[in-house]
Amino acid sequence: MSPILLAEQILNGVQLGVMLFVMAAGLTLVFGVMGLINLAHGSLFMVGAFAAAAVAGATGSFMLALVSALAAAAAAGALIEVLVIRRLYARDHLDQVLATFALILIFSEGTRWIFGSFPLYLNIPDYLSGPVTLPGGIQYPLYRLTLIGIGLAIAAGLFVLISKTRLGIQIRAGENDREMIAALGVDISKLYTIVFALGAGLAGLAGALVGAIQSVQVGMGEPVLILAFVVIVIGGIGSIKGALIGALLVGLTDTLGGVLLPHLFKLFTDPATATSAGSALASMLIYILMAVVLIWKPTGLFGARA
Amino acid sequence: MTPRTLALAACIAGLAGGAFADTHAGKVKVGMITTLSGGGAGLGIDVRDGFMLAAKQAGNDKLEVIIEDDQRKPDIAVQLADKMIQSEKVDVLTGIIWSNLAMAVIPGAVAQGKFYLSPNAGPSALAGRGCSPLYFNVAWQNDNLHEAAGAYANSAGYKNSFILAPNYPAGQDALTGYKSQYEGELSGELLTALGQTDYASEIAQIRASGADSVFFFLPGGMGISFLKQYADSGVDIPVVGPAFSFDQGILQAVGDAALGVVNTSQWSKDLDNPTNTAFVESFQAEYGRLPSLYASQGFDTANLLLSAMDKADISDADAFQAALEEADFASTRGEFKFNTNHHPIQDIYVREVIREGDVYTNKIIGTALEDHGDAHAAECQMQ
Repeated sequence: MSPILLAEQILNGVQLGVMLFVMAAGLTLVFGVMGLINLAHGSLFMVGAFAAAAVAGATGSFMLALVSALAAAAAAGALIEVLVIRRLYARDHLDQVLATFALILIFSEGTRWIFGSFPLYLNIPDYLSGPVTLPGGIQYPLYRLTLIGIGLAIAAGLFVLISKTRLGIQIRAGENDREMIAALGVDISKLYTIVFALGAGLAGLAGALVGAIQSVQVGMGEPVLILAFVVIVIGGIGSIKGALIGALLVGLTDTLGGVLLPHLFKLFTDPATATSAGSALASMLIYILMAVVLIWKPTGLFGARA
Repeated sequence: MTPRTLALAACIAGLAGGAFADTHAGKVKVGMITTLSGGGAGLGIDVRDGFMLAAKQAGNDKLEVIIEDDQRKPDIAVQLADKMIQSEKVDVLTGIIWSNLAMAVIPGAVAQGKFYLSPNAGPSALAGRGCSPLYFNVAWQNDNLHEAAGAYANSAGYKNSFILAPNYPAGQDALTGYKSQYEGELSGELLTALGQTDYASEIAQIRASGADSVFFFLPGGMGISFLKQYADSGVDIPVVGPAFSFDQGILQAVGDAALGVVNTSQWSKDLDNPTNTAFVESFQAEYGRLPSLYASQGFDTANLLLSAMDKADISDADAFQAALEEADFASTRGEFKFNTNHHPIQDIYVREVIREGDVYTNKIIGTALEDHGDAHAAECQMQ
């Protein structure tokens, strides 16, 4: 394997990682602050992608599409928080899983009802399409580089929000002791709605960004949701820093494992077996990573609570 | 997600007298189990719409169709089949899209003496040793379109192909099918995860491999993702694949990225025969969209059934089977006949993706394989 190919695969891993981070950030905040397992997070990812496809189709502007994806998913998030999720904070996790699973079904069939069963068209704008040549002669799609940039910018923005702003202080306080910050006069239900809408908006933005290079279709959010859960379990529940490190670990492991393992197996067996055994093991690799991390640190890399 | 049940008493003939006397004699009840919700719903909806269009055009009041959604889940498909056979008492089952669901339902259904007409899935196990006198496949055996892609690669002069497919039985069959006809070298072979949406890593390997052509089988959303990312990567090695990533429902979502890509199919909307022309026109008039190959398969399945109903009574299974074997109906594919294992012998065409006004569609540019059966027929002992 040439160094150029390896460098390209590392970029691919980082790109997958930062998009997983944008998806997982909201999930980990909601779990950390409200103690809620939200399976419908993947549906908000889908809502963002569909809103972007609809707006891009109507106006032709990709920027407008991204803004509307963020807005639509945040609005959908705020709506379900007020109507459904709010009633679940005091219930146990099984009730939360059941109710948010029901939301997945409602979102999926609702989306099909509005947009139909066929995948929608959403594409990269012309000014971001095509490959660029990086130092060292690596040809890499400009859009994927943009995704890395946007993901890192969001990560930086979230760090500032959590560590420097008043809202961030309230969120951190909410993670540590809910009753106490309510007693101090913070409107806890408003805080919850804001955190939920923020997480939903980020999921919707991720859906729109990723939807441009993938297929915008009903059910697109669920595979990403599973990866996002792996990310927050590895990173430690409630930790933004953990989500970033976990997402990059998962992205790199998944990408490099898929490329390197079949090569590794070829040293021992014939090519056909190596391809299928390598691919099979590569798809398990992130779960093996998760298990190893949990054995080593049961609360995840940066998790505070058990 | 509530399973919908649509009952069709197809247009009433409007004649009293003779028709009144035999309302029950020869009536056929069809149970259609297909995918109408979730990610793969586009395929099931096309099969259903094609089938119901043929039923409506025939105006046959002896055909009653019960439609249920399998949600692309084998366990649900099996439950629905049991319900249709035991309490609805259907005579014929049809509709399943996916091979894993077909394997779960068909052996049990034919063992209980029901006819099964497949409008899509054609797993190799049911074409070879597992074949049955009551099971007919009206679409293709799973390997066919991939074999045609391999044959096309030879005629295009490709010597060094990079091939990839998802890691599940139909994906492995696809690579085997391609390799069975393709005579050149392989510069790489990859099995991707089923449902994978990001192909950056695979595309980087294709770029580094020095291949002169790429064969891929990535049905549904996987193909959309791959084609968009491939077009954006700047790799310009020609791509060939089976029609499943280029059907009418998917092309609009891929857009320009699919233009000029060559794919193989047993059907195309520009196939020049009167049945097909009328089918494309009436499908558009009825549903307001262009038909896909899945819709043509549903349409042919219904017409096959109707042709057998004209010749024999469903209560006489042997006669009805013989009537089905004759395949005496006007297919949208032109010539159509059944092999000894009840799978089609048909021409498979090479198509190219073009743009007509605002709509992306396919145009036939040649024939890959003529009168092509499948490799499994020899293993089939009908009994």
